[in-house]
Amino acid sequence: MTNSPNKKFKLVFASWWFAWALMHYSVVLNFGATNLQAFADSFISNILLAGCCLLIINNMRYYVPRQEKYWYVLVISFGLACIWLIITRVLLWSFFKSDGSYLAMVSNSSTVRYGVAFLMLGCMATMCLLFFTQKEQKEMDGRKVEAEKLAKEAELFKLRQQLQPHFLFNSLNSISALVSSQPEQARKMIHQLSDFLRGTLKKEENQLVNLDEELQYLELYLDIEKVRFGHRLSTIIECEDECKTMKLPPLLLQPVVENAIKFGLYDTTDDITISISAKSINNYLEVVVTNPFDPETSSPKKGTGFGLSSVQRRLYLLFARNDLVETKAENNLFITSVKIPQVN
Amino acid sequence: MKALIIDDEPLARSIVKEYLQSHPQIELMQECGDGFEGVKAIQQHQPDIIFLDIQMPKINGFEMLELIDNPPATIFTTAFDEYAIKAFESHAVDYLLKPFSKERFDKAIQKWMSQNNVVVQKNNTQSLLETVSQSPMQSQRIVVKIAGKIKIIPVEEIQYLEASDDYVKIHTKEGSFLKNKTMSHFEQSLDANLFARTHRSYMVNIQQITRIEPYEKEGYVVILKSGAQVPVSKTGYVKLKQVLGL
Repeated sequence: MTNSPNKKFKLVFASWWFAWALMHYSVVLNFGATNLQAFADSFISNILLAGCCLLIINNMRYYVPRQEKYWYVLVISFGLACIWLIITRVLLWSFFKSDGSYLAMVSNSSTVRYGVAFLMLGCMATMCLLFFTQKEQKEMDGRKVEAEKLAKEAELFKLRQQLQPHFLFNSLNSISALVSSQPEQARKMIHQLSDFLRGTLKKEENQLVNLDEELQYLELYLDIEKVRFGHRLSTIIECEDECKTMKLPPLLLQPVVENAIKFGLYDTTDDITISISAKSINNYLEVVVTNPFDPETSSPKKGTGFGLSSVQRRLYLLFARNDLVETKAENNLFITSVKIPQVN
Repeated sequence: MKALIIDDEPLARSIVKEYLQSHPQIELMQECGDGFEGVKAIQQHQPDIIFLDIQMPKINGFEMLELIDNPPATIFTTAFDEYAIKAFESHAVDYLLKPFSKERFDKAIQKWMSQNNVVVQKNNTQSLLETVSQSPMQSQRIVVKIAGKIKIIPVEEIQYLEASDDYVKIHTKEGSFLKNKTMSHFEQSLDANLFARTHRSYMVNIQQITRIEPYEKEGYVVILKSGAQVPVSKTGYVKLKQVLGL
């Protein structure tokens, strides 16, 4: 019914009606009609019925009913069968006006003829309905895949762009405080903040970056937090030499470290240490971020909130795996481990 | 006049301190790095004005104010908090958005000085707290003071609430705590899918319920996991069924 298998369809359609016409012919013969009568009867009935079927196909090609589709099938087959019966009978009557017994036979078999036509048309309409609905569904699915692809790109972009207004304004406030008392320090922090912001803007999403580049960037972020919170925050960054050139998606670790800062630094009052360590394990780059947390005010379950789900989502979109981010809480330490498959 | 600065960032405190130098009539009593220190310092110094940050460790600025019986005039200093800013605007308590200029700071001080009607200020602070306590940020936990100590209760640990004179008694597995609020306050601020007001004086955490039993004529009683029994009134029973989806 589509363009490419069109020829095949025509052939099957024609053969089907030929076989059906033959059957019709022999049945009418058995009821005592002449050869000519049987032939004309079969020819007229089946040509008209095939015409009705084509009408249904064409109709459905442009309009597939969405609601009440089964009523539509019933009504259309009922109506078309009626019209078909009337036309066949009028034609046969006008051809064989003189033969009373044949006309009586045509009259008597009206119910059977009607029933057959109704069934045929009903089957045709149902088949068309299924075929065209499925085709529409396929097209819709294709569009959906396309839309998902676009949404995925947009989402990756957005996830990366998520700037924390809190962080930005608080940093600017710190600079404002430093300007009068320690202008040199203020200038340094402006540079750090600029480099940090530039880092969030410039990177290409699909371009993987080296770990040491990413770590430098995280260090910048942590240095800014150190200015804000002074002595309270210390950091340990460990990275095996062989890890330095391993690849990861840009800014992937940023939300993990932000999360560590949020629960480790913003929500505690003691001096704290945040550590980041990178290891190479069987073709995976594993980065472990450890931060303390206060069990009294924040449960680690809640701690996997937005920050980490975005990391998980990103890794899923890139590697189609959901098991790359793991978190656990041990002795008031919250440990997040992120594994990045190395694709060569 | 006495002032306090409560902010967890040393640099953020130092800028307020610096700006205060041009207001010699205001004496800075103490700088506090978190809400716990803030509560103590307020009780100790009885300041006329406090400069209060909202996002702070352990308890935030609003939670801290709730713990004080007669909160002093407050100028909030905050970086970014959409919800809180809306609340400030509708309740006329002044606020400074970080980073703020000396001019803006002076204006806030002036406003406070001219608005010397203490009663109005107090009412503003109260209605502000009432508004923010209904924000999603505030409805996750309840902060109470017990024997001079501060206790943070996550709402899911609450078993049930009981009205007790001017207070509400919060029952948890670690004991019960008094909070200077009304039942209708909690009915508004707690998640209606988690808590049902079963009675004029009782509200129950539906996840703690093990069974509901008939009790005397037309009444019911819910039995909690802890074994506690909470009365259910006729209208409360209807509400409870609604929340439980029965």
